[in-house]
Amino acid sequence: MSGPSTYVPKSAIGRWFESRLPVMGLMHSSFVVYPTPKNLNYWWTFGAILSFMLVAQIVTGVVLAMHYTPNTGLAFDSVEHIMRDVNWGWMIRYLHSNGASMFFLAVYIHIARGMYYGSYKAPREILWILGVVIFLLMMATAFMGYVLPWGQMSFWGATVITNLFTAIPFVGDAITTWLWGGYSVDNPTLNRFFSLHYLLPFMIVGVVGLHVWALHVVGQNNPAGVDIKDVEKDSVPFTPHATMKDSVGIALFLMLYCWFVFFVPNYLGDPDNYIVANPMLTPPHIVPEWYFLPFYAILRAIPSKLGGVIFMFGAIVMLVLLPWLDTSRVRSAVYRPVFKILFWVFIACVVGLGYLGSQPPEGGAVLAARILTAYYFIHFLVLLPLLGLFETPKPVPASIADAVLHGGAAEPAKA
Amino acid sequence: MATSTAEPTRRDMLYIATGAATAVATGAAIWPFIAQMNPDASTLALSSTELDIGAIPEGQIVTVKWRGKPVFVRHRTKKEIEEAENVQLSQLPDPQADSARVKKPEWLVVIGICTHLGCIPLGHQGAYDGWFCPCHGSVYDTSGRIRQGPAPRNLDVPDYAFLTDTKIKIG
Repeated sequence: MSGPSTYVPKSAIGRWFESRLPVMGLMHSSFVVYPTPKNLNYWWTFGAILSFMLVAQIVTGVVLAMHYTPNTGLAFDSVEHIMRDVNWGWMIRYLHSNGASMFFLAVYIHIARGMYYGSYKAPREILWILGVVIFLLMMATAFMGYVLPWGQMSFWGATVITNLFTAIPFVGDAITTWLWGGYSVDNPTLNRFFSLHYLLPFMIVGVVGLHVWALHVVGQNNPAGVDIKDVEKDSVPFTPHATMKDSVGIALFLMLYCWFVFFVPNYLGDPDNYIVANPMLTPPHIVPEWYFLPFYAILRAIPSKLGGVIFMFGAIVMLVLLPWLDTSRVRSAVYRPVFKILFWVFIACVVGLGYLGSQPPEGGAVLAARILTAYYFIHFLVLLPLLGLFETPKPVPASIADAVLHGGAAEPAKA
Repeated sequence: MATSTAEPTRRDMLYIATGAATAVATGAAIWPFIAQMNPDASTLALSSTELDIGAIPEGQIVTVKWRGKPVFVRHRTKKEIEEAENVQLSQLPDPQADSARVKKPEWLVVIGICTHLGCIPLGHQGAYDGWFCPCHGSVYDTSGRIRQGPAPRNLDVPDYAFLTDTKIKIG
């Protein structure tokens, strides 16, 4: 797609350097002249928003690590020290803790956009699966980061999630003891979670590199779901068009992020996490952070320990298999009238699961969670495979230029 | 290069031996980096806890810490003992007689960790007067046996011994 670089450095030093390490040419072909479909809408700015959030989390996290102490006796107080004593510590911590929520908000929108416009379909399967890998790494990173303040929810969240591994037959207990470094969540656990919480974001950076590489090999999908056929008619250069549009998207997203950080910094958190961890007392109602709630609801909906764990991880496996479960050849929901309805029903199902995950597991909430869990899997395993066979799609435009111009009239050639 | 029908040479043998040695050496080098995460010597050293049970009145549950985990020591009342003993084993998800879970009927000693996902159940709650786990709704009876909810097993009974009539050693 991007082809061999046509970049020629203007200066003699630039040419000397480029002939030894063509990194400027790589940047130029990837982020300047790279052809982006001209019909991209604002949902496509979430890739850039996510890149921004990853950098923001790493920068704020590295700074917080300069003041934080990963020891069960000191961790909680060191977080309060950051909040009260460290210069701008309150702001940096609120940026980091709310940043995690914003990161997940953006990634869920990014995933939903991919599902709506069929961005997972050939030839973008590897690109999509790399995205699922990033999502898994994000979940692991967020989970371990939430343990570090060593509040009640930190401790009991860590206890519940690490105990998921005891569901594994035969070796479950040994694996859990190994993860803990003891017989319960304790100082060795906190220490290693801190170490891994610092490591994983850099692994995310690596996989994001592969994700962008795969994207630039197959090219971006777009609202019409047809590939670029004529670079002149169908695309515009990445710079300035995509860079500037992405900047607007990031600025709008920053407004929401800053509203949380500066006006309601604890709205998304659990007040119980301002109580220091007590291994002898479980809080009456354990809830994970909002971004894990749909998966938590699935875990609790299955009346069996191993079954719950299998279905919870199975919910992610559905995403990995999605490119092959959707049998329709038409990518974009714009041209799939029934799929478009099912997409929104699916979104409602996930939001409903999220709500049920926040409720105590009693009475009607359990039944509702079971129904929605069943629907989640039916969507992927029954509805999507059959829909591709029975749905009659609307006519797909011949090219991106046709889609933009609606009538499909030939566009006068530009210089 | 030799074709596939040729006899293996001494050089082929050397390649295979070198590759095998590399694989074994890599595995041996990785092992310490895996094993370091297992419980260390100081954690293993905290193996036993002693408790004076003379001061626990009938009907009360005392929680002690053993290996970082809570252990419930429950001085059961006559009614609680009867409830625990008069249950049809066929009604239990994890059938076990009460007599197999206690050394003296008045004293129940169990690890206070829900066998579902590790929360600490609340005492004197739930439909069976035993424990109720607030996390995911598991209900245990007065013998610490699972009766309702997602937990797969009864509460575990740790190794313990009566040192005297009023003193027990856990672990």
